This record gives sequence, structure tokens and C-alpha cells, in this order.
Amino acid sequence: MVENNQDNMIQFVDVEKYYGHFHALKNINLTIKRGETVVLIGPSGSGKSTLIRAINGLEPIQEGHLIVNGYDLHDPKTDINKIRKRVGMVFQHFNLYNNKSVIENVMLAPRIVSHIPEEENEKYALELLDRVGLKDKAGSMPSMLSGGQKQRVAIARSLAMKPSALLFDEPTSALDPEMIGDVLRIIQNIAKDSDMTSLIVTHEMNFAQNVANRVIFMADGEVLEDSKTSDFFKKPKSVRAQQFVDQVQNH
Amino acid sequence: MISLLTSNFHSFLVAFGYTLLSSIIALIASTVLGTLFAILQIVPSKTANVIARAYIEVFRNIPLLIIVMFFYLVVTKIVKIGGFTAGTIGLTLYTSAFIAETVRAGINSVGIGQTEGARANGLSSWQTLRIIILPQAFKIAIPSLGNQFINLVKNSSILAFVAGGDLMYTANNVAATTFDSFNSYIIVGIFYLIITLPLNYYMKFLETKLKGMA
Repeated sequence: MVENNQDNMIQFVDVEKYYGHFHALKNINLTIKRGETVVLIGPSGSGKSTLIRAINGLEPIQEGHLIVNGYDLHDPKTDINKIRKRVGMVFQHFNLYNNKSVIENVMLAPRIVSHIPEEENEKYALELLDRVGLKDKAGSMPSMLSGGQKQRVAIARSLAMKPSALLFDEPTSALDPEMIGDVLRIIQNIAKDSDMTSLIVTHEMNFAQNVANRVIFMADGEVLEDSKTSDFFKKPKSVRAQQFVDQVQNH
Repeated sequence: MISLLTSNFHSFLVAFGYTLLSSIIALIASTVLGTLFAILQIVPSKTANVIARAYIEVFRNIPLLIIVMFFYLVVTKIVKIGGFTAGTIGLTLYTSAFIAETVRAGINSVGIGQTEGARANGLSSWQTLRIIILPQAFKIAIPSLGNQFINLVKNSSILAFVAGGDLMYTANNVAATTFDSFNSYIIVGIFYLIITLPLNYYMKFLETKLKGMA
């Protein structure tokens, strides 16, 4: 059995994930402590998204233990919604509720999942929208927003649940170049908060260097490297990571 | 035609009431049932999927007349029901199979991102379906649902075969007693239009209105 350390927000123990015969995650062992900001990088198809999606149960794992906020996701007795309440996720394609206004997107889960009183909920939602610079869009429908604005609403929506951890799955990959800066700045501000655990899949190397305490490099479903950010960018240990960093930095 | 209408006005009016009532009941009940079976098709339970599939395939692939006759001739031996009830039940079940397919197609076109966004946000699968997926699915399905509803109203003429007292049944009676078949059927044709045209208009209106809401 795996010991449950209160300092650990997310812990992978011998995790294996398959899509049919395809071995998507190979023997993952990883611990992310509360308050850490970890960036996950690697070539496409390396399993980064699968790994991050496994953390809130969007991808079931086949073997091992995945302990999030004290609950083992691979234990059938675990109520997945208890974990999702505490772990927010920001997607590449935003996934805002298309049938709800901006403020309703932010207020919905706190209302029906956490049963926050309406007045308090609305006050906090407006505060969050203000924080992402979109208070004036509270009444708009998502279809009226630009990609960058949608992503900022999605971030506010995640924050509204007062999560202990936030997962960012390539949050700027679908954005126009001029929108990326704003979104990254907001993520950086959130990650700075010492109570928030952040796990970020990204291809933005400068952002990774600025925001992360730790860098995890993945390729072919394996974690090849797990180092302090400064060490990683000074000189990655593995050849594969060196190649990758050279490629993305010199394009 | 006018004299035929005025001399049988009461009969036509009562018949119109029966057709309207049968249509409204069947419309509401088949939408509820259809949605239920659409959901049963997508829930993660093999048993539920198979039951829903069987229901839909049976009622979608048998002529409406046979379904209605079954309720009128067979079921009525066990539970005492009249032609109107038997016809309306048959019409409901038959239409619900088509609505189930329409709603399921709507649900499938909503896109997995909406579900993932909601589940990651902490919503249960039922909350996700009810609050996020179904409203969007219905919006997509409205043009097709409109067609189903119009067909339903027209198909309610099947009640004539089981003495349902509807417009078609009355047209047959009036035609038989007055020997004026031509005008009898034209009159009920117009009565059907009184229901279907506003219904059609309303569905179009709903479609535009919801599109405006983005």
C-alpha cells in the first residue's frame, strides 16, 4: 500500500495506461507536492496530455496507484467528483459551456456542486472575471468571445471552485499569437500563489522557465527527466530532451 | 363545402378537439419517452443500451397501423381501453422511437469537450447531461423535431381505423352519410393545416430564437 503523505498533492505510483494495445503511460512514478508549479514538456504523442488528464479521471489508468489529494483514483470506491471538486482543469480548446453566459459558466459549478449561496457566488465570480480582465463580458455568450478571452473565462471558471490544484493542458496552443501573452501572465499569477499546485503542459519554453519550479520531460509515454527548472534548461540530462529543447528554442 | 361544414360543424369541431388532444398528448409523451430512450442509448450500461436499441428498432420498423391495431385489439383484452387511447398510445410509442434517434443524434453532435469541461468542473454525469448537453442537443435537434411533430399530427389520422373519433374518422362518417366525400376530406385537410401550420411556424421561430442566443 502507498503511504499517504499530506504534503503530496499528486502521486503516481507505477502507473500504466493503455489505449487498447497502445502503451500510453509506461511505469510513471512521480510526486508533486502542494504548492509546486510543474511544467510538463515533450514532443507530441509523448503522453503529456494523457498524464495530466489521468489526474482528474478523464483518462482511466489500468495499473498502479494515482493518489490525488489523498484519494486513490484507481480505487473503484473513490468518488471521482470529490477529486474534481478540488482539482480544476483548463483545456486547450477551452470547453466553455456554449449554452451559458460568461458569468453563468463561472457560477454554475459552485452553485450546483458546492452549494455556494447565490449572492456570495456572484460576488466571487465577478471578482474572478475582474482578475482575468473580463468583468465587462459577464453577460456575453462564449461565442461572442475571442479565443484568448474564452481561455481567461475558463481559468476563472476553474478558480471559482477554489481548487487546491490546477491542471493546464496546452492552454495557449489554440490561441492566436497576440492572445498568448495575456493568458500566460494570468497563469503565472495563479501559479505564484503558494497554496496552489499547478501542473502545466506547454510548448512555451520561455514561459516554462519563468513559471516552473520543476520541469518534467516526457517521450514515448515515459518520464525521461524530472529536474529543477534551472538545471533542466542549463543542460538537460538526456539526449532526447537536449534535442527537444534545441528544436523548440531554435525554430 | 360551406354548407357541408355548417351542417356538420359540431361533429367536425369535436373531431378537431380529439385530433388536437391526441396530438398534444402524443407530442409531450413521445418527446419525454424519446429523450429517455436517447439517454438510455448513451449511458455506460450495456443492458440499458440494448434495451433502448431494441425498443427503438421495434417501434421504428413496424407500420404505425399495426402498432395501433395491437393496442386496440390485443391490449384491450387485458386492460379496457378505447380507440382513442389505443391510438394515442400507439402514436406515442411509434413517434418516440424516431424522436429518440433525433435526440441521440443531437447529443452526439454536442462534442466531447462540453462533457469533459463539465466533468472536470465537478458536475456529475447526470448534471452534465441535464444542464449542459441536453439543452444544446435539443437546440441542434429542433428542425428535425419539427418534422417529427408535423408527422405526428398527420399520423394521428390513424385513429380513424380504431374509432378514435378524430378528424379522419369523422370525415369518413360524414362522407358516408352525405355522399360528399370530396368536400368532407377537403374540410378535414384544412383542419389539419390549422394545427400543422402554426406548429411549423412555431418550430421555425424557436429555431431562429435559439440561434440568436448563440
